Amino acid sequence: MAQIFPKNFNNLAKISIIVTALVVAIGGGVFNLIVIRSSYLTQAQVAIEQPIQFSHKHHVGGLGLDCRYCHTSVEDSAFAGIPPTRTCMNCHSQVWVTSPMLEPVRSSFETGKGLTWQRVHNLADFAYFNHSIHVNKGVGCSSCHGKVDQMPLMWKENTLQMEWCLQCHRNPEKVLRPKEEIFNMEWEPPADQEVKGRELAKQYNIPSKELLTSCSTCHR
Amino acid sequence: MLRVKLSIFCIFCGLFLFNACRQDMADQPSYRPLQPSNFFADGQASRPLVQGTVARGQLRDDVHLYTGKKEGQLVTTFPFTVDKTVVKRGQERFNIYCAPCHGQTGSGNGMIVQRGFKKAASYYDKEVREKSVGHYFDVITNGFGAMAGYSAQVNVRDRWAIIAYIRALQESQSGNVEPLPIETMTDFAPSGVVDPKKQNPLSGSTPKVEKKTEEKSESGGH
Repeated sequence: MAQIFPKNFNNLAKISIIVTALVVAIGGGVFNLIVIRSSYLTQAQVAIEQPIQFSHKHHVGGLGLDCRYCHTSVEDSAFAGIPPTRTCMNCHSQVWVTSPMLEPVRSSFETGKGLTWQRVHNLADFAYFNHSIHVNKGVGCSSCHGKVDQMPLMWKENTLQMEWCLQCHRNPEKVLRPKEEIFNMEWEPPADQEVKGRELAKQYNIPSKELLTSCSTCHR
Repeated sequence: MLRVKLSIFCIFCGLFLFNACRQDMADQPSYRPLQPSNFFADGQASRPLVQGTVARGQLRDDVHLYTGKKEGQLVTTFPFTVDKTVVKRGQERFNIYCAPCHGQTGSGNGMIVQRGFKKAASYYDKEVREKSVGHYFDVITNGFGAMAGYSAQVNVRDRWAIIAYIRALQESQSGNVEPLPIETMTDFAPSGVVDPKKQNPLSGSTPKVEKKTEEKSESGGH
């Protein structure tokens, strides 16, 4: 009986092993580089549907409201705070009172049943995060949240993946701002940010990079 | 037979690939702030405080500080010493919570007023100026006219700090520069005109350097 495979199939077998390995390696690389970081998976820069089309662009960029007018607990709590309907009604008791768009706000105020805002920045539960320590130690809102004053609908600007957190935890001096600039949406790092950042890190008592990137700093 | 074994093996490997899709660690059963919950009738995980709850160190026994009243009367003094830090804090809080309607200068023409809200009273009206600090505290806490109360957004100490800053604003429009320290006075004159060592061009008299602006606000109602 003749052989099923001629002798040159030996080479083909070897090549196919190498090619398979390459495909797995390249495929895995592509998956890691593109798919895992894609906004399809991370939902970064994808606007989330909300019960009301609330525009930060209008309220912050247009009217000049400070972040803390609504997110009152950002300076002294882990959670920045989602405003109660009452805060909306501070102004909307008199402004746009007949607007159909604001009907959910008015009925929420009347019935006392809160609006069900959808969470935009949902960190995995195994990661510990505290807003107050960041804003009190020189990390500005826009460093993580982007230019919220230009967002007509809310999306998360960044992936919130661990590698993204670590960018700053490894080099905090690149983003640190003076205290009075934390809530400034327009802030851009000055030309001598490296020098200024190091000074600020000392001033804020920012811990060592070893501690900032230690597992238990974020995974408690 | 080999084919069956092989396909079982493939399915087994395939299962491993989908293992990563379980997110139990990322979505733990514990609640995050304001998360919805089916367990409670109102659908909220965050529970209201049981009535009468007092957190440690938060017993509101300082009536002056917490209500701006003493024996039912609106107070005319601040519950704590007002210094520059307090006024600065007041300025910051004022610009966050008050300026949208009252305007950064306190004239009552902030952005929200420009967009149709009832005009806020100017802090410089005689009637408003003459109100006691207790009155201001009461207004911030409980609201006044079209203005809603801000007790949920501004804590008590910050409310007093804001009042201190409002007093400083009012003082700034009084035209009275006498109580200002000389180094502050130069801030209000065109640059290069003032030589602080020589004279004070704004008041025309020898300035009383030892007096400070903060002390003015400390005295409370004028």
